[in-house]
Amino acid sequence: MMVKKKSFGYLFLTTFFVLLTGCNQGELSVLDPKGPVAREQLFLINLSSGIMFFVLAVVSIIFIYVVIRYRERPGDQGLPKQNDGSTWLEVVWTVIPIILLIILAVPTVKMTISQGKMPEKGTALEVDVTAYQYWWEFKYPEYGFVTGQEMHIPVGKKVHLKMTSKDVIHALWVPELAGKMDTNPGKITEMVIQADKPGTYKGKCTELCGASHALMDFKVIAHEQDDFDKWVAKMKNPDSRAKNDIEKRGAEVLAQNCLGCHALEGGGFATKGDTAPDLTNYGLRTQIAGILDNNRENMARWLKNPQKLKPGNRMPSFEHLSDQDIAYLSEYLLNLK
Amino acid sequence: MATFLIITTLVLLLAAIFTGGYNKKFLERVQKSWIWGWITTVDHKRIGILYIVASGFFFILGGVESILIRLQLIWPGNEFITGDAYNQLLTMHGTTMIFFVAMPLLIGLMNYIVPLQIGARDVAFPFANALSFWLFLSGAILMNLSFLFGGAPDAGWTSYTPLALNEYSPGPGVDYYVLGLQIAGIGTILGGVNFITTIVNMRAPGMTFLRLPLFTWTTFVTSAIILFALPPLAVNLLLLQFDRLFGAQFFSTAGGGDSVVWQHLFWIFGHPEVYLVILPAFGMISEVVSTFSRKRLFGYTSMVFATVVIGFLSFMVWVHHMFTVGLGSMANTIFAIATMLIAIPTGVKVFNWLFTMWGGRLRFTTAMLFAVGFIPTFVIGGVTGVMVATVPADYQFHDTYFLVAHFHYTLVGGTVLAALAALYYWWPKIFGKKLDEKLGKWHFWTFVPSFHITFFPQHFLGLYGMPRRVFTFDSTPILNNLNLISTIGVIGMTVGTVAFLYNVVITTIRGKSVSGDPWDGFTLEWTVSSPPPAYNFAQLPLVRGREAFLHEKLLGNKKMKAAEPLGAIHMPSSSYLPLIMAIGLFMSGYGFVLRGFELAALGLIILFIGMYMRSFDYDPGYHISTEEIKQIEKGLKA
Ligand code: HEC
Ligand SMILES: [Cu+2]
Repeated sequence: MMVKKKSFGYLFLTTFFVLLTGCNQGELSVLDPKGPVAREQLFLINLSSGIMFFVLAVVSIIFIYVVIRYRERPGDQGLPKQNDGSTWLEVVWTVIPIILLIILAVPTVKMTISQGKMPEKGTALEVDVTAYQYWWEFKYPEYGFVTGQEMHIPVGKKVHLKMTSKDVIHALWVPELAGKMDTNPGKITEMVIQADKPGTYKGKCTELCGASHALMDFKVIAHEQDDFDKWVAKMKNPDSRAKNDIEKRGAEVLAQNCLGCHALEGGGFATKGDTAPDLTNYGLRTQIAGILDNNRENMARWLKNPQKLKPGNRMPSFEHLSDQDIAYLSEYLLNLK
Repeated sequence: MATFLIITTLVLLLAAIFTGGYNKKFLERVQKSWIWGWITTVDHKRIGILYIVASGFFFILGGVESILIRLQLIWPGNEFITGDAYNQLLTMHGTTMIFFVAMPLLIGLMNYIVPLQIGARDVAFPFANALSFWLFLSGAILMNLSFLFGGAPDAGWTSYTPLALNEYSPGPGVDYYVLGLQIAGIGTILGGVNFITTIVNMRAPGMTFLRLPLFTWTTFVTSAIILFALPPLAVNLLLLQFDRLFGAQFFSTAGGGDSVVWQHLFWIFGHPEVYLVILPAFGMISEVVSTFSRKRLFGYTSMVFATVVIGFLSFMVWVHHMFTVGLGSMANTIFAIATMLIAIPTGVKVFNWLFTMWGGRLRFTTAMLFAVGFIPTFVIGGVTGVMVATVPADYQFHDTYFLVAHFHYTLVGGTVLAALAALYYWWPKIFGKKLDEKLGKWHFWTFVPSFHITFFPQHFLGLYGMPRRVFTFDSTPILNNLNLISTIGVIGMTVGTVAFLYNVVITTIRGKSVSGDPWDGFTLEWTVSSPPPAYNFAQLPLVRGREAFLHEKLLGNKKMKAAEPLGAIHMPSSSYLPLIMAIGLFMSGYGFVLRGFELAALGLIILFIGMYMRSFDYDPGYHISTEEIKQIEKGLKA
């Protein structure tokens, strides 16, 4: 009977490995790190799983042997020979785990300390992260601009994140680049991320933070250094002037409705909100609010009913705007590059 | 609302007094009724049954919640239950399963079995024992009423501030959480004190500490954990109650408070809590494995020592729930090492079970199947526990489905499987009938494999980027497949559970009565009839060795030696005061939730009246005479 159970488990395991190695489309896998921090962490994951597989194997072997060998057989009578224990066996299964744990503990302590050390000033790009229900703000203090939802970084360079929250606790996690760290209101936490290659790395909020916790996604976009410099230049001197009548009308609608919360640099707007994502160069965003592809239809959907798309978020719906105004507004926003 | 309730209560009370409801005959009829017997009982066995039944009820509730959760996660973008409603479900599922299923089930079994195992006639404080139960039930009901009146708590079972503060969780949900847990928690603390006193003071002659059965030992250590771990929770809840109800600022950053303090206090309670629900499970497994291997426990002393060490270490590791809070490398490394240390005594236990079976004669009853199924399952949960203690790796595991898989392996694969083994094992003792073995095997072979189908994939969900507590996930092949498999597994677990419930019903209706010792057991509970008489032991047994009954059996004796001559037995009288006091606290809790402070005050007054009456109520109890005992014992033998 027990044999059946084990072979079942075995089947199960193998299906998994087939499944896991079979396909990888758009997965954000801890097992496939794209930067040194996550790679180090994967080393510990592998080391600990290795040791633990060993323990599991030892237990399973004894377990299977015992369960098969010592089943009651027909004709057995009375009690089997009793014994009380064995000191040397007790010592064996106390000492061996201690040794295994030391093997695991030494690199753990080393890495905890080394990963806890933050880079010296000037050796890393600094980004100040502020989490809000349910979006992320990224500020580049060296360059003096702010963006939202999409953090751009250069490849091969340490990025030093200083993080806090404006409301509840969130946690920033980019599985392919590094493990996670909480953002606490009124406190600063720090961590380092780094990417080897250009690309877009998905990030998630991992601390329950309210109704749309599941949708608090963001991205880290890594560029070669010169592409990054170009992006920085654009962000520093954005050109947000309307270029035709359609865009002019769009900018007008924006100025009337949106800038109490949002900010948009480079368009000569008088007001500048600070409770919502900065919309400067919005045409460069790959997604709206971290969850919808950035195009005109989705922009209209978002503006008409943001509560449906991200329940409980702090952007009101703009159903009262005419379809045309929304179209102009989208035109204007999406052309900001 | 509050005033309305107060007035109705008063009117009903006056009506009862003035309309002859308060009439001697009527009262007598009530007092003889079956239900009155149960709600005023102070018998540890009946209270144990009440706990077990209540936990069964909440298990169904929490189980339905988990089915709804898995249905929502069956494929990406599902819109079945989203946003805040989903958060309510996950909060209530977690809170219910921990506080209103696992704990009462274990406490119920402790209640029933521990006095029998140590050769006692009841627990030390029967009145407080009844009070514990009614407080637990009031708290549990109060919290679940939230679904009907105002919305359930939605900040997770950990209820982290500031999310749990008014600003981010408006509405009464979190108030239900705070007051429900507070009331249930008071009951649990009382229970802890009760068990400690019982085990220290009421052991039968000859039952030394190093002869206590393992289940009693784990109960003892668990009770000590309750005594030290539950008060921090009570304090934490009280602070949160002040923040939410009276505008205090303990946890609000804006007001100069600190939200991280909540996390510390919560986990100073919360980590011992997980050992609180696993240690008794260890005890149960030790009993079941030993009995059905037909062998004394291997390495008894080291098992006891391991239990005590685990209990102690459980207070030294809470920060491993907070590695990503940013407390610094120093704190993280110290707590990581302390956490890894727990693996050592736990490993000792696992190997001792294996070597108890080694050379034994394994009899695969359903109880034994569950106990044997527990071992590898729990080991998987244990080793992933060491993995998440590895700080930098935990930066990846933390708050993902990997963690969800880990703690379901320890809580379901650990506590629940052990409790099921214990239920099949002790069912004949408690209800006088064996659960059907055939249905039991169905239960095992559907439930356990399906458990693995549900939870094993979740390790990989975490590694592939799925955070916990999310109502949807990215549509990628791996996440889609694994989530689907995980949801399919729930079907099997449900089938298994239904088979179990059916088994309970069928056994109750049709089961055959069994003798006092249906499994050829080793410990004292098997020396009395099934179920035992109200006084348990007509004569207290004289314990002459570890595994007391086995010791006598090996000497060729069929019975325990008596430690006292047959004589009249003193029994505590039953009392309706525990129920009244619990109702008082319930009203008060509900008053606070509704912000109806008159109702809250009235509830507290009822509680104080109950306490006052109890303090000045000189109740000598009653005696069962020698004649009656002889009569009863004769009836039992027949
Ligand atoms: C009351 C404040 C408020 C107003 C007014 C407001 N928004 Fe928003 N908006 C927000 C918030 C908050 C978010 C972030 C939502 C989230 O992701 O949780 C947001 C998000 C957005 C986003 C997605 C941002 C990103 O980084 O992807 C867009 C686009 C947007 N708003 C456009 C507009 C437009 C256009 C208007 C005017 C018609 C407007 N908003 C008016 C608060 C506001
Ligand atoms: Cu968040």
